[in-house]
Amino acid sequence: MQAIRDPRTRFSLLAPPLIQMLIFTFAATLDVKNVPIGILNRDNGQAGFELVQRFRGAPTFSRIYYLQSVEEITPFIDHQKGVMVVSLDQQFSRNLEAHKPAIVQLILDGRKSNTAQILGGYATSIIKKFNDDFSAQHDIKQQNVNLVTYNWFNPNLLYYWYNIPSLVVTLSMLTCLVVTTNSVARERELGTFDQLLVSPLSPVEIVTGKIIPGVIIGFFEGLLLMAVGVFIFQVPFVGSFFLFSFSILIFICSMAGMGLFISSLSATQQQAMLGTFVVMVPSVLLSGFATPIENMPIWLQPASYLVPLTYMLQISKGIFLKNIPASVVLNNVWPLFLITVVNLVGASLFFRRRLQ
Amino acid sequence: MLQNSGIRRLKALIVKESFQIIRDPSTILISVVLPFFLLFLYGYGVSLDLNHLRIGLVLEDTSPEATSFAYSLYNSRYFDVKTYRHEHSLIYDLERNAIRGFVVVPSYFTQFRHRPDLIAPIQVIGDGSEPNTANFVQNYVRGAFDNWLQQEAVSKDLKGLPLVSAASRYWYNEELESRNFLLPGSLGIIMTLIGTLLTALVVSREWERGTMEALISTSIQRSELIIGKLVPYFILGMISMALCFLVTVFGFQVPFRGSILLLTLVSAVFLFCALGLGFMISTLARSQIVSYQISVVTGFLPAYILSGFLFEIYSMPWPIQLLTYIMPARYFVQCLQTLFLAGNVWSLIFLNMIPMLLVGLIFFLIAVRKTVKWLD
Repeated sequence: MQAIRDPRTRFSLLAPPLIQMLIFTFAATLDVKNVPIGILNRDNGQAGFELVQRFRGAPTFSRIYYLQSVEEITPFIDHQKGVMVVSLDQQFSRNLEAHKPAIVQLILDGRKSNTAQILGGYATSIIKKFNDDFSAQHDIKQQNVNLVTYNWFNPNLLYYWYNIPSLVVTLSMLTCLVVTTNSVARERELGTFDQLLVSPLSPVEIVTGKIIPGVIIGFFEGLLLMAVGVFIFQVPFVGSFFLFSFSILIFICSMAGMGLFISSLSATQQQAMLGTFVVMVPSVLLSGFATPIENMPIWLQPASYLVPLTYMLQISKGIFLKNIPASVVLNNVWPLFLITVVNLVGASLFFRRRLQ
Repeated sequence: MLQNSGIRRLKALIVKESFQIIRDPSTILISVVLPFFLLFLYGYGVSLDLNHLRIGLVLEDTSPEATSFAYSLYNSRYFDVKTYRHEHSLIYDLERNAIRGFVVVPSYFTQFRHRPDLIAPIQVIGDGSEPNTANFVQNYVRGAFDNWLQQEAVSKDLKGLPLVSAASRYWYNEELESRNFLLPGSLGIIMTLIGTLLTALVVSREWERGTMEALISTSIQRSELIIGKLVPYFILGMISMALCFLVTVFGFQVPFRGSILLLTLVSAVFLFCALGLGFMISTLARSQIVSYQISVVTGFLPAYILSGFLFEIYSMPWPIQLLTYIMPARYFVQCLQTLFLAGNVWSLIFLNMIPMLLVGLIFFLIAVRKTVKWLD
């Protein structure tokens, strides 16, 4: 209640997450756009020209530098002026006229191997399309098998459709943690906490009472961020709103419980904050927020099961983009229940200990 | 005479600071434990490499041709393939993230193949809720598909080899291990955090305790105060960086192809910057808690997102790209990735050092002026 009454605190609780959501959504993207590349066309023929045109026309390759000689390739990549160089040799058109294979060299900067691989994939599909068209035009027999690719749930692979469901839950988690740990630590330092402990309230009641502000604030913030995501950023929301709200409520309870547990172990506000940091950073990294859990080594993957955020991320992305059924949601919610209970019990034990 | 006493005071301050560091457990925590902890997390927890990509396969056509394609997928080291007979179990697995995509060979595949006027399709569907992974699903399946086509052409002596094809060569990280560029980059993030935290926390602690005013009231000069305070932390930061470097190269087996001297020089310049930022924060915020919060928000978080170590700067909207130009971490990360993977690209490194020096200087100037204000 104290937290909500203070307008300054209210502002500092709402503004940073909204700002962070804005910045993170646009900045924290593994999308590949506007990445400069170089093209070296030593071919003088029609075919080479046409292939280069196709690269020019591709929206992904919006920044192209035209290199003049082979010697320019090394400094171009070395100085990271571009991530990829597409190189056509002098024989390109001539080979094609003679129906001999013509190879397009792609040179990629391994220092940015993720981006490079994705760009390499785009380039290869442009080249393949060119090959198919050329062969069709010149009546050359090609294998008549084709790979048709598309993506479900996010057909254009818009990165922010992935980011925003994740950010909604992560940012509300952070706020909830901050509110909970602050409230306890502040009360402790002010001394009003001990008064609470000696009051006729049982530790369970105190613990439950303490998490309520964090839960309410976190929950409403989660819903607010979700609304921002859906209405302002136009992220689709195809699942059940009820399931989402239910899950996020349990999730926030588990985070508040964790915050309370950390506070019960800390003596000062400073320690509580440090503790929160120490818990938060690995949690976010291991939860699959930025990089998928399946990329982690097998022995480390179980660690992610201890992090509530892992489950909530799956639920959030699933409900936003996939309309996952209740069974999948509940499968991810029961661990959250468990974590909440464990944390609250732990917190009340530690508080009782401190009293003695 | 004046200069002599100046140096004496400086030495005394440095000695005192060093003792304080040794006695204070939190400095060791920040400079040794924290970086190791973060390195461990970044080394193992963050990876963009997809091995054993779990995909589904629906073989509606069971002819020998379709089966040979299926086998090329089974045998690929990139995939863990699970075959499905029914649509609902496939969709269920896709929804609960058990698979990241699936391949469908339709029932009319072989039929179409034998008719030259038709094209036989194979469908690849990726899970768009993980866009990066979906991209890789398609790239890898395409790779397996192209290989299979080539093998088919050779074994059946068809003339259908593609006329135009791409040959890719990756420089500087041929193994395509994302760790090789993520870890050097994360060194930059870690050093940002440590450099900033060290000075921010420590100096504001002195302000809180009042020992700073005691120091100022001595005959020490302003410049000596700042240099004396920072030199021990600079050394500590460099030691921290050295430890992290050893773990990265020997523990995680990341290649290092540059010169250690150049690395030391670049790290020194960056540390100068980070310490400057921390010092500036500590002069602006008097309490430790506030310093800590500001360090994390203005030091660590922006470095994490905007330095380019994980998220591609070119893909960000241009106002944010402009913002990255004033972030020292951006330049440091570029230097680190180059030094580790490519070697000594002298002009690139020196070009990157200039903005770092400039920004560091600005931080220090601000810090100095703020300290002066407080003296009066």
